Amino acid sequence: MSDVVKEKSMLMQKEMIARNYEAITSKHETGRKVSSTFVPGNLNELLMCFGIVNNLPEINAIQSGMRKVSGNYIQEAEKRGHSEDVCTYVKADIGQMSRGNIAPNGKPFPDPDVLLLSYTGCYTFMKWFELLREEYKCPTLMLHVPYQGDGHSTKTMRDYIVKQLKEVVIPGLEQVSGVKFDIDKLREFLRNSAKAEDDLVWCLEQGKIKPSPIDAYFGGVYYIGPIFTAFRGTTDAIEYYKALKAEVAERIRLKQGPTTPDGTPFNDQKYRLVVEGPPNWTNFREFWKMFYDEGAVVVASSYTKVGGLYDQGFRHDAENPLESLADYCLGCYTNLNLPSRVDLLTKYVEEYEADGLLTNSIKSCNSFSAGQLMMMKEVERRTGKPGAFVESDLVDPRYFSAANIKNRLESYFQMIEQKRRGSGKAA
Amino acid sequence: MRCFIGIDLGSTTTKAVVMDENLQVLGRGITNSRSNYDTAAAVSKQEALIDTRLTLFRRGLDGIPSLAGQVDGIIADLERNFRHVQFVEQLDDLQQTCIGNIKGPRYVGREKAVVEALEEIFRRLQESSGALFVAGAKRKSDFFRDLAGADFMQVGETVARDAGLPFDLILNVYDKSIIEVENRPPAGDMEGKFLRALEKGAGGQGRAEMIIKPVQAALAIPLDETYVVGTGYGRVRLPFPKEHIRSEILCHGLGAHMMFPETRTILDIGGQDTKGIQVDGAGIVENFQMNDRCAAGCGRYLGYIADEMNMGLHELGPLAMKSTKAVRINSTCTVFAGAELRDRLALGEKREDILAGLHRSIILRAMSILSRAGGVKDQFTFTGGVAKNEAAVRELRKLIQENYGDRTINISPDSIYTGALGGATFAVRAVVN
Repeated sequence: MSDVVKEKSMLMQKEMIARNYEAITSKHETGRKVSSTFVPGNLNELLMCFGIVNNLPEINAIQSGMRKVSGNYIQEAEKRGHSEDVCTYVKADIGQMSRGNIAPNGKPFPDPDVLLLSYTGCYTFMKWFELLREEYKCPTLMLHVPYQGDGHSTKTMRDYIVKQLKEVVIPGLEQVSGVKFDIDKLREFLRNSAKAEDDLVWCLEQGKIKPSPIDAYFGGVYYIGPIFTAFRGTTDAIEYYKALKAEVAERIRLKQGPTTPDGTPFNDQKYRLVVEGPPNWTNFREFWKMFYDEGAVVVASSYTKVGGLYDQGFRHDAENPLESLADYCLGCYTNLNLPSRVDLLTKYVEEYEADGLLTNSIKSCNSFSAGQLMMMKEVERRTGKPGAFVESDLVDPRYFSAANIKNRLESYFQMIEQKRRGSGKAA
Repeated sequence: MRCFIGIDLGSTTTKAVVMDENLQVLGRGITNSRSNYDTAAAVSKQEALIDTRLTLFRRGLDGIPSLAGQVDGIIADLERNFRHVQFVEQLDDLQQTCIGNIKGPRYVGREKAVVEALEEIFRRLQESSGALFVAGAKRKSDFFRDLAGADFMQVGETVARDAGLPFDLILNVYDKSIIEVENRPPAGDMEGKFLRALEKGAGGQGRAEMIIKPVQAALAIPLDETYVVGTGYGRVRLPFPKEHIRSEILCHGLGAHMMFPETRTILDIGGQDTKGIQVDGAGIVENFQMNDRCAAGCGRYLGYIADEMNMGLHELGPLAMKSTKAVRINSTCTVFAGAELRDRLALGEKREDILAGLHRSIILRAMSILSRAGGVKDQFTFTGGVAKNEAAVRELRKLIQENYGDRTINISPDSIYTGALGGATFAVRAVVN
């Protein structure tokens, strides 16, 4: 394949990520502390208050998936006794550690100073951090976020999180960093977050336009990058989303679709899809090509909400700093129950005028894949639009069967086409 | 005449259907996919066109009052004779190819002896080939490789022994050559072959004279390939533009609808796929599910089991029907099922009972895919190669009754052609509508 063509915002983000890896791997020179944490429930603004650098093992696993090294890491982890069914993010991380723990910039990852586990619905996170704690023997701070089992959060839940922030997380971070917590600093970062969030939401909502100027899944994973990771609350993120917004606005003006990795605008959009489930990372470009080659654009996705449901109105709020961190954690897509996920996906199919819901179910993700088939059937029933189900994995290349996936996708697109032509045309 | 052709390139077999513009099926053809989709597509198409000729003969003969009641027999004779002509021609090709492949240090000094042995083997094969095509002859397979191969092994061993040659010398040359011959579609001149078949006798001089004219008239009708639609796993290999290619889900849905218009749910068990499909009243696909990441429980599973038991694929079903007791086979993995099979044999279970258990385990997998696709609605149509297996059908009927109650279950004797039929229908629509 030819080299990937990148847009300006993508290059900006690449540079930001490189800078963060540099900050992580140079901690011994700079004296900065490093925390490991996860994307859903990520408390980046809080870490920034203590000058702590944010390292996200999930993102590292994605990076190794896209750089095609995760397969070796996973096999290494399996050699060490982790079963074939274990989440492949975990195995990629464990395997990477046992192979020298080299960061994408070629330098070794230093040991983290603290593990900040914000638990938002994925029970694997807890087990993952148990393994990391065993390895690094460093302090672990756990923020327990109650699951929205009844489909909504309550004041008690919020208070419970705020109490943990005050009594466990903040004192713990003060101790690790030696920096006193300053709530006004947090307010300032949260104000930055809200600005960037406004622009992100604007970009995501442009998927309603035809042709869609964005791809809310394959392109979407780039759009959410800074907000979901180590940049929420920074002025860098504000700048990034300004640039992204300008790019999307320009495409709207030119009536253009998103730019594919081949560098061409994807204008010939025949099918508009809503996608549930994370993408496959080991064959990301090949997977994406299966969509745009057939004229399928993703107009909305749930994966771009795992790190926060901003499009449903939530914003970080400088006036209620700790409460808004609590609300943020409660509202991550991973913390929603099945009926809420069905409601959201149904809403997307309708509001974005999609042709149907496609689920990419992840083989090694037990906590997120459960119930997806039922969800799909319910969304089909409510919207009257056909759904389809494909299966792959996050970063285990062994579970990407290109021929099978392509076969199902093509069948799905042709089915939409056939339905569109109408039942009037009997054989 | 305008011909509309659907080709379904499956992992095990490739099927073709020829249709006229009124959606009437004129001919069907099938061949083994032999890892060479180009040849498989060409051969299956040729087979379907041969079948089309037979249909045209039938139409010509049906109009002759003095032949009333005899047409089926005449057509059957003609087809058998045609197959024999074709088989003999391929044997010739195989013989020439074998002789051409006698090369390499192993043969030095023995070339003449090997050639003579091969000539003797093929002389005997030619001689006995008539028996394969007499009326009522039972053949394990209709594919050249299977027919010629089985006899070659038997005759070759005797001839080699008598000639004092190691059999593997002969076998080696055969192995190389059969692949070449198989990948060479039989030569054209379909008309000439039909005429030669006609000469082989069609029931007495008087009758031959009576049928020759209508047959020649039917042979004179040009068969134009107006539009071809390809489907199946090998479809990207077809030398067609993209709009001539349809997914097999759509083709199976439409094909089943064409055979049984009241169909709402379809189960297709092919070589490496199991598909559950729901269609609406017009044959338009509403929903589908397929086996995921693993092809256990598909047609190839039976192929593997047949190999393990040293049986022909077609013999499995009939033997399983003799079962009197259910043996549970739990493993969904094809290879593990092979291990279970040997284990049960060692424990003294009967082959038929074990086979019945294996058929049940296939159908259990299929039931799970059907439930994922939204269950079994009325009417239900079972398609694909496995639908020909009576033991699989028996288990399916039982499980549908248990899980969904009364359902009309359709199985067409031509169910293996469902995908190709759907493809041909798409071809007609592309031009006529």
